[in-house]
This record gives sequence, C-alpha cells and structure tokens, in this order.
Amino acid sequence: MSQSALSAPPAKTAGVAVRERPSPGRRVAEAAEHSWRPVALLLACFAVWWAIAAAELVEPYLVPSPGATLDVLVDKSDYLWQHSWITTYETLLGFVIAVVVGVLAAVVMVYSTTVEKTLYPILLFAQVVPKIAIAPLFVVWLGFGIAPKILIAVLIAFFPVVISMVTGLKAVDPEMLQLSSTMGARPWQTFVKIRLPASLPHLFSGLKVAVTLAVTGAVVGEFVGANEGLGYVILQANGNLDTPMLFAGLLVMSLIGVVLFVLVEIAEKLLLPWHASRRDASMTTSY
Amino acid sequence: MPTLPNDMSLRKPSTPVRGGAVPAVGIDAVDVRFRTKKRDVTALAEVSLDVRMGEFVALVGPSGCGKSTLLKLVAGLLTPSTGEVRLQGERVSGPRHDIGYVFQRAALLEWRSARRNILLQAEMRRMPSAQAAARADELIAMTGLEGFEDAYPHELSGGMQQRVALCRALLHEPPVLLMDEPFGALDALTREQMNIELRRIWRETGTTVLLVTHSIAEAVYLADRVVVMSPRPGTIREIIDVGLPAEREYAETMTRPEFASATGHIRGLLGSVGVGG
Repeated sequence: MSQSALSAPPAKTAGVAVRERPSPGRRVAEAAEHSWRPVALLLACFAVWWAIAAAELVEPYLVPSPGATLDVLVDKSDYLWQHSWITTYETLLGFVIAVVVGVLAAVVMVYSTTVEKTLYPILLFAQVVPKIAIAPLFVVWLGFGIAPKILIAVLIAFFPVVISMVTGLKAVDPEMLQLSSTMGARPWQTFVKIRLPASLPHLFSGLKVAVTLAVTGAVVGEFVGANEGLGYVILQANGNLDTPMLFAGLLVMSLIGVVLFVLVEIAEKLLLPWHASRRDASMTTSY
Repeated sequence: MPTLPNDMSLRKPSTPVRGGAVPAVGIDAVDVRFRTKKRDVTALAEVSLDVRMGEFVALVGPSGCGKSTLLKLVAGLLTPSTGEVRLQGERVSGPRHDIGYVFQRAALLEWRSARRNILLQAEMRRMPSAQAAARADELIAMTGLEGFEDAYPHELSGGMQQRVALCRALLHEPPVLLMDEPFGALDALTREQMNIELRRIWRETGTTVLLVTHSIAEAVYLADRVVVMSPRPGTIREIIDVGLPAEREYAETMTRPEFASATGHIRGLLGSVGVGG
C-alpha cells in the first residue's frame, strides 16, 4: 500500500504498521486472557494437594496440608524472611558475577580464535563436572560463609551466559559488518553500535536460564555446609521431620526463582523494546 | 596518477574513457580465485572495466558469475588475486570509505529508527552532526521517507526499508554507489517504482552507480551501459550501450525499439550460455 503514492509524498502513516496503544482496561483484560490458563493449572495443583491432605490419603507428616504450610509461612515469616534474604543475596551476587565474567569471556572468545580454542574445552569441562559433587570441596577451601555458595552459583550460571553471548555476537549479519568497514568504523564503534546491541536478545535468553540456575547453585551450596539460607532451613526441617516448614521453604525458594526470572524478563522488555515487540508479533508489515 | 594517460591507452576499445578524465572505477585484468577445501574456484577471470564519473553501469549475468565479487573488489572488501582495481584513480588496497553500499537485504539495525539508521553512516564517520542531519533530511525528502523517520525497520515495508538503506548509503555523498541486487527481494510492482525512484535520484545526485541485478529490464531501464557476464569463471561477455535518452519515462521507455533491442540482445547472450534471464 505504501508504494502506491510514490510520486506524491506518502501519507503520514502509509506503509507503517500502526501499533495501537490499548486502553488500560483492555490491557488488564488481555493480561487476564493470557494468564488465566497457568493460574488455573496452579490452582488445580493446589486443589489436588488440598484434597490429598484433607482426605488423609497420605500421612500428614509426609504431605502437610496447604493450611499447615500457610500457617508456617505466616507464623515463621521472620525466620523465613531472614533466610530467604541470604539465599537471594547469594543468588544475585553469583548471578551478577557470572554475567560480568561470562560476557567478558564471550567478547574475548569472539574476537580471538586462539582464546576461544584454548578456553572452550575448559569451559565445557567445568560445565560437565557436576557442581554438586565439587561443592563439598569449595566448603573445605572457602569455609562455611557465603563464599562457596556464591562460587557455586557463579559456576552454574556462567555457562548459559557465555554460550548465549558468544552465539549472539556471532549472529551479527556479516553484511552489516562489511557495511561498517566501508563506513570507516573503528573496531570499538562496530562493537558498541552494532555487535553488542545485536547480541542482546541472545544474551537475555541465556540470562533467563542463568538466573534460575543461580538459585539452584546457592541452595546446593547451602546444602553442603551452611548455618543460614533456605537450603539450611530445608535441611533442618527435613531432619526434624517438620514437613510444613520443608514445604514452606520449597515454596519460598520457587518464588525467588520466579521473581528473579520475571525481573530479567522486565529488564529485557525495557532494554530491548524493538526485540520484544517483534517477538510478540504485535505488528504486521504492509507492502 | 601521472602514469594514468598511458594506462588508459592500453584499455580495450569497448570501455572508452571519455574526455580523458580519471575513471570513477577502473578494473584492470582482474582475476579472483578462492580456495575451498576441495578445490580452487576461479570466480572472476580477466575482467577489465572502466566506469566513467557519473555513469550508471549495470552488471547482469547468471547466478554465481561473480557480479557481487566484482562489487566487493571495488569496495575493497576483497582483494583480487591478480590485476588491479582503482577507485577514482587510486589503487584499492583495503575497505574504501568513499563509496556507498546497498545490499539485497536492507541490513538495517532493528533497534534504530529509520532516521537513526541513516545517521549511522554519519556517526561512524564522525561527520558534524548538524551537517549530517541536514543531509539526512534532504535524502528523506528525496526518497519519499517523510513521515517514516521514526518508524523502526520491522514497521516498514520491504521497499521502505530499502529506501532507508539507500539514504544511508548516500548520506556522505559518496562519489561511487555500489548496489548488489538492491531490489531483488521486492515484489514486481514495488521494484518498478524503486527503479523509477533510483533513476531520478541518480540524476539528481550525479553519483556513479554500479548496480548488480538479475533483471534485464531493470538493467536496461536504469543504466547507460550494461555489462553482461558469463558463468563461472566470470568474464565480461559484452558491454552494451543501451542508447536510450537520458530522460526516461518508465512506460514510454519500455515501448521504445532501443529498449526492446537491448533487452533482446542481452537475453540472447544470457540464453546462449544456458541460463535464462
């Protein structure tokens, strides 16, 4: 349609796919439309859990009722809060270190094949070694503080960051790079203006994996040796056969993972609006 | 530079240099060989071509005949195995900055608006921003992109994206514009309209254009001369002077006998090598 008005200057909006801004009411309705299924599934799971507990199909000390779990969540909220904060802190610190180191490693690897060939086998080896198996070693080396937990979180979150960033940096249109060299761009200009932004969508898909893995890393670290954090809470509850507390700990842990995941997704939407809108296919191209 | 007149006297009569001026593009006995894992491939063999300042030359030929390779040589993105390429009389030995390049795919940065995509050229070259902005406005008006400046590439149609790419390639007023099948991905109607636009823009800017295309009609309508190439190894089969007037109204040009004879001749050349146009 846009090309029909070539001789005359085209109309203001011809050829541009118009993205309407939905009203707040419609946005809520749309959000509900998108999210009712997972919410319903979650509620169904809770209902099954509640039914199992209410009918006493399983001994209460094996599966506590949702009510008992909720009671613990409320009664022991200070205790849970304190330990959750420690786990969150370890997770975030591990995640941030993994991102910084991972992105830097990826950049160096993409710009130097020698470095890539040297680092890649080691990276793969570090990925293949079960982190749970080496966790006790870190406790021996670094003690019972938060250092070994952060190290495990870093190790476990590092790999998806590096892989996604390397993929992203390599996925740049080669013609774009040729174009850049005809523009007389310095290497750093090409990196900052073309390669880095082009790699961000890939990086973010890696970050989403990494942030959930970082939670696992921190908790694994706490399992091996800690006197604080959600891993410690769960181990304690397990030892005391305190299943309501165990369930409460698990719930909070999952919640931390979900919240961090959503935060990364929000960051992605804010930083890469062009990518998000493209992925959502909220546009149509007109010819 | 001082050796140039001598040089030119050695050139083939089919590629004359009018008025003795320095040719915009000089390609002299160029061979390009690639080494793949299994064998050596000769992409171009013994190619010589001079393009005058301000001339519009189209390159046609079967797929894989090295047309795009030729453009990359001129841009300095590739170096010939033997022979020499000169741009404005200067030997090409690395990526050249005094050209504009348009690819088949618009190759726009999807996180930048149309206008900021155009201005990428200025940012990379560190052009004064006021001058770049003025030039961008001028080009936006010339290509009919007004009203689309703030649209992102994914919001633009293929033709509009290609216009943005063209503006970007022309921002620094390059003496030579290299176009590698710029309209190959467009539908027939849009393509025709882009041809009309390009012809007009070329006449307004006076830039030397080297255009690679698969469309014989496009080549004849747009160009002063059409270079017909043979399949691999790519050689120049013939250079055809289209002999059409400078003022070319699209529909009227299509009906002219010169147009018919030029396209017929080219089609015959391409057909005789077993590849249809």
